[in-house]
Amino acid sequence: MTILFTIAAVVAVLSTLMVVTRTNLVHALLYLVVSLFAVAVVFYTLGAPFVAALEVIVYAGAIMMLFLFAVMLLNVGADSPLRVPRLAWVGPGILVAVLLAEVVYGLTRQTQPLAGVEVGPQAVSEALYGPYVLGVELASMLLLAALIGARHVAARARDEEEAAESMERARGLSETAGEAPGQGAVDDPGRLTEEGDA
Amino acid sequence: MASVSLDHALVLAAILFAIGFAGLLTRRNLIVVLACIEIMLNAGGLAFVAAGARWGQADGQVMFLFVLAMAAAEVAVGLAIAIRFRQSLKSLDVDDADEMKG
Repeated sequence: MTILFTIAAVVAVLSTLMVVTRTNLVHALLYLVVSLFAVAVVFYTLGAPFVAALEVIVYAGAIMMLFLFAVMLLNVGADSPLRVPRLAWVGPGILVAVLLAEVVYGLTRQTQPLAGVEVGPQAVSEALYGPYVLGVELASMLLLAALIGARHVAARARDEEEAAESMERARGLSETAGEAPGQGAVDDPGRLTEEGDA
Repeated sequence: MASVSLDHALVLAAILFAIGFAGLLTRRNLIVVLACIEIMLNAGGLAFVAAGARWGQADGQVMFLFVLAMAAAEVAVGLAIAIRFRQSLKSLDVDDADEMKG
Protein backbone atom coordinates (compact mmCIF):
# COMPACT_ATOMS: atom_id res chain seq x y z
CA MET A 1 0.00 0.00 0.00
CA THR A 2 2.96 2.30 0.56
CA ILE A 3 3.94 2.03 -3.10
CA LEU A 4 0.35 2.80 -4.14
CA PHE A 5 0.36 5.87 -1.92
CA THR A 6 3.68 7.04 -3.34
CA ILE A 7 2.62 6.64 -6.97
CA ALA A 8 -0.70 8.40 -6.36
CA ALA A 9 1.08 11.21 -4.54
CA VAL A 10 3.49 11.68 -7.46
CA VAL A 11 0.58 11.74 -9.90
CA ALA A 12 -1.24 14.28 -7.73
CA VAL A 13 1.77 16.60 -7.56
CA LEU A 14 2.48 16.31 -11.29
CA SER A 15 -1.10 16.97 -12.36
CA THR A 16 -1.47 19.87 -9.91
CA LEU A 17 1.69 21.41 -11.32
CA MET A 18 0.19 21.09 -14.79
CA VAL A 19 -3.00 22.84 -13.57
CA VAL A 20 -0.96 25.82 -12.47
CA THR A 21 1.30 25.98 -15.52
CA ARG A 22 -1.07 25.34 -18.46
CA THR A 23 -2.07 28.45 -20.37
CA ASN A 24 -5.07 26.80 -22.02
CA LEU A 25 -8.02 26.89 -19.63
CA VAL A 26 -9.53 23.61 -20.80
CA HIS A 27 -6.20 21.81 -20.40
CA ALA A 28 -5.85 23.15 -16.87
CA LEU A 29 -9.34 21.91 -15.95
CA LEU A 30 -8.56 18.47 -17.42
CA TYR A 31 -5.47 18.22 -15.25
CA LEU A 32 -7.48 19.41 -12.25
CA VAL A 33 -9.80 16.42 -12.68
CA VAL A 34 -6.75 14.13 -12.74
CA SER A 35 -5.42 15.79 -9.59
CA LEU A 36 -8.71 15.20 -7.77
CA PHE A 37 -8.73 11.55 -8.89
CA ALA A 38 -5.19 11.14 -7.56
CA VAL A 39 -6.16 12.59 -4.18
CA ALA A 40 -9.11 10.17 -4.13
CA VAL A 41 -6.68 7.27 -4.58
CA VAL A 42 -4.57 8.70 -1.76
CA PHE A 43 -7.67 8.71 0.45
CA TYR A 44 -8.27 5.08 -0.46
CA THR A 45 -4.75 4.08 0.49
CA LEU A 46 -5.11 5.96 3.77
CA GLY A 47 -8.08 3.74 4.67
CA ALA A 48 -10.92 6.19 3.94
CA PRO A 49 -12.93 4.66 1.07
CA PHE A 50 -16.10 6.65 1.77
CA VAL A 51 -14.32 9.97 1.43
CA ALA A 52 -12.51 8.68 -1.66
CA ALA A 53 -15.87 7.98 -3.32
CA LEU A 54 -17.20 11.38 -2.28
CA GLU A 55 -14.10 13.05 -3.68
CA VAL A 56 -14.80 11.51 -7.07
CA ILE A 57 -18.55 12.21 -6.97
CA VAL A 58 -18.61 15.73 -5.54
CA TYR A 59 -15.25 17.23 -6.47
CA ALA A 60 -14.46 15.56 -9.79
CA GLY A 61 -18.15 15.29 -10.67
CA ALA A 62 -20.26 18.14 -9.40
CA ILE A 63 -17.72 20.93 -8.85
CA MET A 64 -15.90 20.28 -12.11
CA MET A 65 -19.29 20.32 -13.83
CA LEU A 66 -19.80 23.79 -12.38
CA PHE A 67 -16.45 24.86 -13.82
CA LEU A 68 -17.44 23.41 -17.19
CA PHE A 69 -20.73 25.31 -17.15
CA ALA A 70 -18.89 28.51 -16.29
CA VAL A 71 -16.45 28.01 -19.16
CA MET A 72 -19.35 27.44 -21.54
CA LEU A 73 -21.39 30.39 -20.23
CA LEU A 74 -18.40 32.73 -20.35
CA ASN A 75 -17.76 31.73 -23.97
CA VAL A 76 -14.06 31.32 -23.29
CA GLY A 77 -13.99 29.24 -26.47
CA ALA A 78 -13.52 32.47 -28.40
CA ASP A 79 -9.86 32.77 -27.39
CA SER A 80 -9.06 29.22 -26.28
CA PRO A 81 -10.96 26.58 -28.23
CA LEU A 82 -13.39 24.51 -26.18
CA ARG A 83 -12.97 21.66 -28.64
CA VAL A 84 -10.11 19.81 -27.02
CA PRO A 85 -7.13 19.79 -29.39
CA ARG A 86 -5.90 16.51 -30.76
CA LEU A 87 -3.12 15.64 -28.33
CA ALA A 88 -4.45 17.39 -25.23
CA TRP A 89 -5.80 14.18 -23.73
CA VAL A 90 -2.48 12.30 -23.83
CA GLY A 91 -1.01 13.71 -20.61
CA PRO A 92 -4.14 13.41 -18.46
CA GLY A 93 -4.89 10.04 -20.05
CA ILE A 94 -1.52 8.58 -19.06
CA LEU A 95 -1.86 9.84 -15.50
CA VAL A 96 -5.41 8.48 -15.19
CA ALA A 97 -4.24 5.13 -16.59
CA VAL A 98 -1.64 4.95 -13.80
CA LEU A 99 -4.36 5.66 -11.23
CA LEU A 100 -6.68 3.07 -12.78
CA ALA A 101 -3.94 0.44 -12.60
CA GLU A 102 -3.43 1.32 -8.95
CA VAL A 103 -7.14 0.99 -8.14
CA VAL A 104 -7.38 -2.35 -9.94
CA TYR A 105 -4.30 -3.59 -8.09
CA GLY A 106 -5.62 -2.38 -4.74
CA LEU A 107 -9.06 -3.92 -5.27
CA THR A 108 -7.86 -7.33 -6.48
CA ARG A 109 -5.25 -7.85 -3.77
CA GLN A 110 -6.36 -7.78 -0.16
CA THR A 111 -4.18 -4.89 0.91
CA GLN A 112 -3.88 -3.31 4.31
CA PRO A 113 -4.57 0.44 4.63
CA LEU A 114 -1.60 2.57 5.52
CA ALA A 115 -3.01 3.55 8.91
CA GLY A 116 -3.72 -0.06 9.85
CA VAL A 117 -7.49 0.24 10.30
CA GLU A 118 -10.03 1.18 7.65
CA VAL A 119 -12.66 3.70 8.77
CA GLY A 120 -15.66 2.79 6.66
CA PRO A 121 -18.90 4.58 5.75
CA GLN A 122 -20.75 3.31 8.81
CA ALA A 123 -18.34 4.87 11.30
CA VAL A 124 -18.32 8.14 9.35
CA SER A 125 -22.13 8.26 9.21
CA GLU A 126 -22.48 7.53 12.91
CA ALA A 127 -20.10 10.38 13.70
CA LEU A 128 -21.77 12.66 11.15
CA TYR A 129 -25.29 12.24 12.51
CA GLY A 130 -24.25 11.84 16.11
CA PRO A 131 -21.96 14.47 17.63
CA TYR A 132 -21.64 16.44 14.37
CA VAL A 133 -25.33 16.80 13.50
CA LEU A 134 -25.25 20.52 14.19
CA GLY A 135 -22.46 20.87 11.65
CA VAL A 136 -24.59 19.05 9.08
CA GLU A 137 -27.42 21.53 9.65
CA LEU A 138 -25.02 24.45 9.32
CA ALA A 139 -23.58 22.99 6.11
CA SER A 140 -27.06 22.69 4.65
CA MET A 141 -27.81 26.32 5.51
CA LEU A 142 -24.49 27.35 3.96
CA LEU A 143 -25.35 25.52 0.74
CA LEU A 144 -28.79 27.13 0.62
CA ALA A 145 -27.26 30.57 1.14
CA ALA A 146 -24.72 29.87 -1.60
CA LEU A 147 -27.50 28.77 -3.96
CA ILE A 148 -29.52 31.92 -3.41
CA GLY A 149 -26.44 34.13 -3.49
CA ALA A 150 -25.12 32.63 -6.72
CA ARG A 151 -28.50 33.07 -8.37
CA HIS A 152 -28.72 36.65 -7.19
CA VAL A 153 -25.23 37.58 -8.36
CA ALA A 154 -25.37 35.86 -11.76
CA ALA A 155 -28.91 36.94 -12.73
CA ARG A 156 -28.33 40.69 -12.66
CA ALA A 157 -28.41 42.91 -15.75
CA ARG A 158 -26.99 41.19 -18.79
CA ASP A 159 -24.63 43.16 -20.96
CA GLU A 160 -24.48 46.88 -20.34
CA GLU A 161 -21.24 48.74 -19.90
CA GLU A 162 -20.76 49.35 -16.21
CA ALA A 163 -20.75 53.15 -16.28
CA ALA A 164 -23.58 53.47 -18.77
CA GLU A 165 -25.44 50.82 -16.88
CA SER A 166 -25.39 52.67 -13.60
CA MET A 167 -26.57 55.88 -15.27
CA GLU A 168 -29.31 54.02 -17.12
CA ARG A 169 -30.26 52.27 -13.94
CA ALA A 170 -30.66 55.51 -12.03
CA ARG A 171 -32.78 57.02 -14.81
CA GLY A 172 -34.78 53.84 -15.42
CA LEU A 173 -35.45 53.46 -11.73
CA SER A 174 -36.88 56.95 -11.43
CA GLU A 175 -39.01 56.51 -14.58
CA THR A 176 -40.31 53.06 -13.80
CA ALA A 177 -40.83 53.84 -10.18
CA GLY A 178 -43.15 56.64 -11.27
CA GLU A 179 -45.05 54.42 -13.73
CA ALA A 180 -45.41 51.23 -11.76
CA PRO A 181 -44.46 51.57 -8.15
CA GLY A 182 -45.69 48.06 -7.32
CA GLN A 183 -43.05 46.34 -9.47
CA GLY A 184 -40.14 48.07 -7.83
CA ALA A 185 -40.51 46.05 -4.69
CA VAL A 186 -40.30 42.64 -6.35
CA ASP A 187 -37.98 42.99 -9.37
CA ASP A 188 -34.30 43.68 -9.11
CA PRO A 189 -32.89 46.97 -10.42
CA GLY A 190 -31.26 45.37 -13.48
CA ARG A 191 -34.52 44.07 -14.83
CA LEU A 192 -36.18 47.41 -14.17
CA THR A 193 -33.50 49.07 -16.27
CA GLU A 194 -34.16 46.75 -19.17
CA GLU A 195 -37.87 47.40 -19.01
CA GLY A 196 -37.25 51.12 -18.76
CA ASP A 197 -35.13 50.99 -21.93
CA ALA A 198 -37.74 49.02 -23.85
CA MET B 1 5.06 2.69 10.11
CA ALA B 2 1.72 4.38 10.63
CA SER B 3 3.24 7.65 11.79
CA VAL B 4 5.60 7.62 8.81
CA SER B 5 2.61 7.37 6.46
CA LEU B 6 0.92 10.22 8.30
CA ASP B 7 4.01 12.34 7.82
CA HIS B 8 4.09 11.51 4.12
CA ALA B 9 0.42 12.38 3.71
CA LEU B 10 0.92 15.68 5.51
CA VAL B 11 3.93 16.45 3.31
CA LEU B 12 1.79 15.70 0.24
CA ALA B 13 -0.93 18.02 1.57
CA ALA B 14 1.65 20.75 2.15
CA ILE B 15 3.06 20.36 -1.37
CA LEU B 16 -0.39 20.52 -2.96
CA PHE B 17 -1.29 23.55 -0.86
CA ALA B 18 1.94 25.30 -1.84
CA ILE B 19 1.36 24.60 -5.54
CA GLY B 20 -2.18 25.92 -5.28
CA PHE B 21 -0.99 29.00 -3.42
CA ALA B 22 1.73 29.69 -5.98
CA GLY B 23 -0.85 29.41 -8.74
CA LEU B 24 -3.19 31.71 -6.86
CA LEU B 25 -0.48 34.35 -6.68
CA THR B 26 0.83 34.02 -10.23
CA ARG B 27 -2.12 33.22 -12.47
CA ARG B 28 -4.40 36.07 -13.50
CA ASN B 29 -7.31 34.18 -15.06
CA LEU B 30 -10.27 34.22 -12.68
CA ILE B 31 -11.31 30.64 -13.46
CA VAL B 32 -7.78 29.36 -12.82
CA VAL B 33 -7.64 31.35 -9.58
CA LEU B 34 -10.83 29.58 -8.46
CA ALA B 35 -9.32 26.24 -9.45
CA CYS B 36 -6.24 27.03 -7.36
CA ILE B 37 -8.48 27.78 -4.38
CA GLU B 38 -10.09 24.38 -4.92
CA ILE B 39 -6.63 22.77 -4.90
CA MET B 40 -5.79 24.47 -1.61
CA LEU B 41 -9.09 23.45 0.02
CA ASN B 42 -8.53 19.91 -1.22
CA ALA B 43 -5.07 19.87 0.34
CA GLY B 44 -6.55 21.03 3.64
CA GLY B 45 -9.10 18.23 3.48
CA LEU B 46 -6.30 15.77 2.74
CA ALA B 47 -4.55 16.86 5.93
CA PHE B 48 -7.80 16.29 7.88
CA VAL B 49 -8.31 12.81 6.44
CA ALA B 50 -4.66 11.87 7.03
CA ALA B 51 -4.85 12.95 10.66
CA GLY B 52 -8.13 11.09 11.15
CA ALA B 53 -6.66 7.94 9.58
CA ARG B 54 -3.62 8.20 11.83
CA TRP B 55 -5.76 7.85 14.95
CA GLY B 56 -8.30 5.49 13.38
CA GLN B 57 -11.16 7.89 14.03
CA ALA B 58 -13.94 9.08 11.72
CA ASP B 59 -13.67 12.73 12.78
CA GLY B 60 -11.15 13.59 10.08
CA GLN B 61 -13.47 12.32 7.36
CA VAL B 62 -16.40 14.25 8.87
CA MET B 63 -14.32 17.42 8.76
CA PHE B 64 -13.47 16.67 5.14
CA LEU B 65 -17.20 16.49 4.38
CA PHE B 66 -17.63 19.97 5.83
CA VAL B 67 -14.71 21.23 3.77
CA LEU B 68 -16.37 19.63 0.74
CA ALA B 69 -19.67 21.44 1.36
CA MET B 70 -17.83 24.70 1.90
CA ALA B 71 -15.84 24.25 -1.32
CA ALA B 72 -19.04 23.60 -3.27
CA ALA B 73 -20.66 26.75 -1.86
CA GLU B 74 -17.53 28.78 -2.54
CA VAL B 75 -17.18 27.67 -6.13
CA ALA B 76 -20.86 28.31 -6.86
CA VAL B 77 -20.65 31.91 -5.66
CA GLY B 78 -17.20 32.36 -7.21
CA LEU B 79 -18.30 31.26 -10.65
CA ALA B 80 -21.38 33.48 -10.44
CA ILE B 81 -19.03 36.36 -9.68
CA ALA B 82 -16.89 35.27 -12.66
CA ILE B 83 -19.89 35.48 -14.99
CA ARG B 84 -20.76 38.92 -13.63
CA PHE B 85 -17.10 39.95 -13.90
CA ARG B 86 -16.97 38.98 -17.55
CA GLN B 87 -20.17 40.88 -18.31
CA SER B 88 -19.13 44.13 -16.69
CA LEU B 89 -15.38 44.21 -17.40
CA LYS B 90 -15.33 42.22 -20.68
CA SER B 91 -12.40 40.14 -19.48
CA LEU B 92 -11.41 37.45 -17.00
CA ASP B 93 -8.19 39.10 -15.84
CA VAL B 94 -8.34 39.70 -12.10
CA ASP B 95 -5.97 42.66 -12.46
CA ASP B 96 -8.67 44.51 -14.40
CA ALA B 97 -10.68 44.73 -11.20
CA ASP B 98 -8.34 47.12 -9.42
CA GLU B 99 -11.01 49.71 -8.72
CA MET B 100 -13.93 49.30 -6.38
CA LYS B 101 -17.05 50.73 -7.96
CA GLY B 102 -20.44 50.24 -6.32
